[in-house]
Amino acid sequence: MDFEPIPGLVEARKEFDDFFREEMKKAPPGWQGSPEEITTDEGLAFQRYMARELGKRGWICLAWPKRYGGLEKSHFDQLAFNEARAYWRAPGVDGFGAGMIGPTLLAVGSEEQKEKFLPPIARGEVWWAQLWSEPNAGSDLASAQTFAQKEGDYYIVNGQKIWTSGAHHADWGFAVVRTSRVHTRSRALSYLLFDLKSPGITINPLPTMSSHRRQEAYFNEIFLDNVRVPVTDRVGEENDGWRMIRATMNFERSGLGAYGAMKRSLSELIDFCRETKWQGEPLLNNALVRDRLAQLAIDIEAGLASARHVLWGQYKLFLGEESPRDQATRSSSLKYFRSELSQRFAHTGCQVLGLYSQLKGDSKWAPLAGKFESEYQSTPGGNIHSGSTEIQKNIIAWEGLGLPRI
Amino acid sequence: MNLDFTEDQKMLRTMARDFLSTECPKSLVRELEESDLGYSPEIWKKMAELGWQGIMIPEEYGGTGMTFFDSVLVIEEMGRNILPGPFLSTVICASTILEAGTEEQKRKFLPKIAAGDMILTLALTEPSASWKPEHISVRASVSGENYLIDGTKLFVPDAHVANYLLVVARTHENAKPEEGITIFMVDVKSPGIQCESQLTMGLDNKCEVVFENVVVPKENILGKLNQGWTIVQNTLMKAAAAKVAEMSGGCQASLEMTTDYVKDREAYGRPIGGFQAIQHYMADMWGHTDRTKSIAWEVNWKVSEGVATTLDVAIAKAWANEAYKWVTERAVQCHGAIGTTRDHDMGLYYRRAKVAELDYGDTDYQKEIVARELGI
Repeated sequence: MDFEPIPGLVEARKEFDDFFREEMKKAPPGWQGSPEEITTDEGLAFQRYMARELGKRGWICLAWPKRYGGLEKSHFDQLAFNEARAYWRAPGVDGFGAGMIGPTLLAVGSEEQKEKFLPPIARGEVWWAQLWSEPNAGSDLASAQTFAQKEGDYYIVNGQKIWTSGAHHADWGFAVVRTSRVHTRSRALSYLLFDLKSPGITINPLPTMSSHRRQEAYFNEIFLDNVRVPVTDRVGEENDGWRMIRATMNFERSGLGAYGAMKRSLSELIDFCRETKWQGEPLLNNALVRDRLAQLAIDIEAGLASARHVLWGQYKLFLGEESPRDQATRSSSLKYFRSELSQRFAHTGCQVLGLYSQLKGDSKWAPLAGKFESEYQSTPGGNIHSGSTEIQKNIIAWEGLGLPRI
Repeated sequence: MNLDFTEDQKMLRTMARDFLSTECPKSLVRELEESDLGYSPEIWKKMAELGWQGIMIPEEYGGTGMTFFDSVLVIEEMGRNILPGPFLSTVICASTILEAGTEEQKRKFLPKIAAGDMILTLALTEPSASWKPEHISVRASVSGENYLIDGTKLFVPDAHVANYLLVVARTHENAKPEEGITIFMVDVKSPGIQCESQLTMGLDNKCEVVFENVVVPKENILGKLNQGWTIVQNTLMKAAAAKVAEMSGGCQASLEMTTDYVKDREAYGRPIGGFQAIQHYMADMWGHTDRTKSIAWEVNWKVSEGVATTLDVAIAKAWANEAYKWVTERAVQCHGAIGTTRDHDMGLYYRRAKVAELDYGDTDYQKEIVARELGI
């Protein structure tokens, strides 16, 4: 085992940091990098600008084959980029495109699909949304009811999807649909790619609990009414979608860049505590504050150590030396560790800020632009989306530990 | 000992629950959250007609002559239903005037409060974000027969709709900071007052109030000059205890809503309430809620009887702070993604639980008091 940095990686990280340090000066004032900011006109324009700049440099999909828009760098280069981008809170990378459907297509897509869809993702030109959950199929995705009826060279799709992040600004979507009335549950599912501008698609916003009259929604519900999808936009075989869906799920759960963002946030919180006096003393002199900040630092490093192993496992998957199942346990464990850590971070930030923690970001009295007021409300969602904590624990128990299912 | 409610108390609770669920459905709660006023003057008037604002005010001053505890039973139902507005602020100030006011002050303010014609709030905290006397910097200086108040108060609940503020100001510099504090009853229409509401996580109104040479007559001192801090402490104890009752109501509503949901919502072919993990969460939510109910009733009974100690209230507030946050957080988890949306009722309680922790002392503050009172 060898934890030495890969030669060239330190220089690569420096190149990314230098780039972001300059480019982020162009961010809208008070930029925190939250999904809600990106729904504003200003935020969206900045995101698209950054996507073009990153795409020009080939950085969005560093590890992809060059013929699909990548630079054939290592997955560790990708991690260095992800960490730098997260640290600088820079937008411009479509997590659903570059992080989910892209790797899925690389692993199981047809050559035509790879050539059609991957280069625009790598260039930052096309944005994706995930059409998975339904009102009655959240954790139990295998019970999805949206139906795709095959008619000649097309599927005619009817149904409803929900919790579709960023769909109102996306170009394409990847969906779980039912393609058989004979088979049941996961054995009847297929994986379709949708042009979101197709006739018959209606997208409605779903505001979160932190939204109020001055904020836009990030999540959506999508109604599909006789939407025509070419059969060539199905990924994998008909009724074999569950296998691909499980592979995508594991790409979704690693969250590798998140720890860089947390380190930055911790650094800012420490600076705030150093500069801010409360009851005549710097906050950093308060033993409770010191204890809480230290605990966050410890938890972040523990998560990061495990994330590096997840990255190594994804690299082995890419080489064909591991299967998605091999990664499932660690990915699942890390997923809810990270979401609960994010939640603890928000709680700690609020505890440190005391009375000020309740103020919305546009109050002149709100410290750190209301970051923790917002995150206190958004972080519970992390324990639910992308596979709830309870589901992750089931996966660990059943697949990792071989415990019996009830 | 008798831990049953009296028949009058049972009636009061039932009537309050029915009234609030009819008059203030959650759709109205959301409307009021988005409004500038943050409360409904129509509901306020109806509550006054029911005698609620005057529950603990003696009949000679226009009230119904019941007790602080009876008033808190209504506050508990307000927490269950989430009634936005200045009720708790106003009745706590009424209690303070009853305790420390002159006969003239009682006759001037209490009948109007009971009639629903006056809203009051305590203006204590400042940008220092402290509940301690040494951090009171708003000053009141003598000017003939009046005082001039200067400085800034922050996080003042409902000041934007109040008629009077009970302003805690420093009137004398002293080696002991608690000696030199005076409470002034200040008309918000006085020249020199600027009030701006700051939107919070709970979408309630916590205000910045800036005082610039605000003239206040001497007769508006509540209690004695330089001896206001004891009154402030008593007021904080009552407010914190009442808040615990409101939080208890919120816990109960969250538990009931979640129990109904997990019985109904299906996944993998059965109600999610049938899964062991969910059942364990629900069991713990029940326990936290039940203990919050018990401690809320007990501490408020003690306050009502005049036997509550500083330790009693600090323990209750610290407990409720964490219990309400935890119950609502687990409730959101049990609801899944729908619980994180603005349009689902669970979010109303989750947001309020955090803000309620901060009102009248967060957990760190209460634990400091507990440790001190235990002699640690």
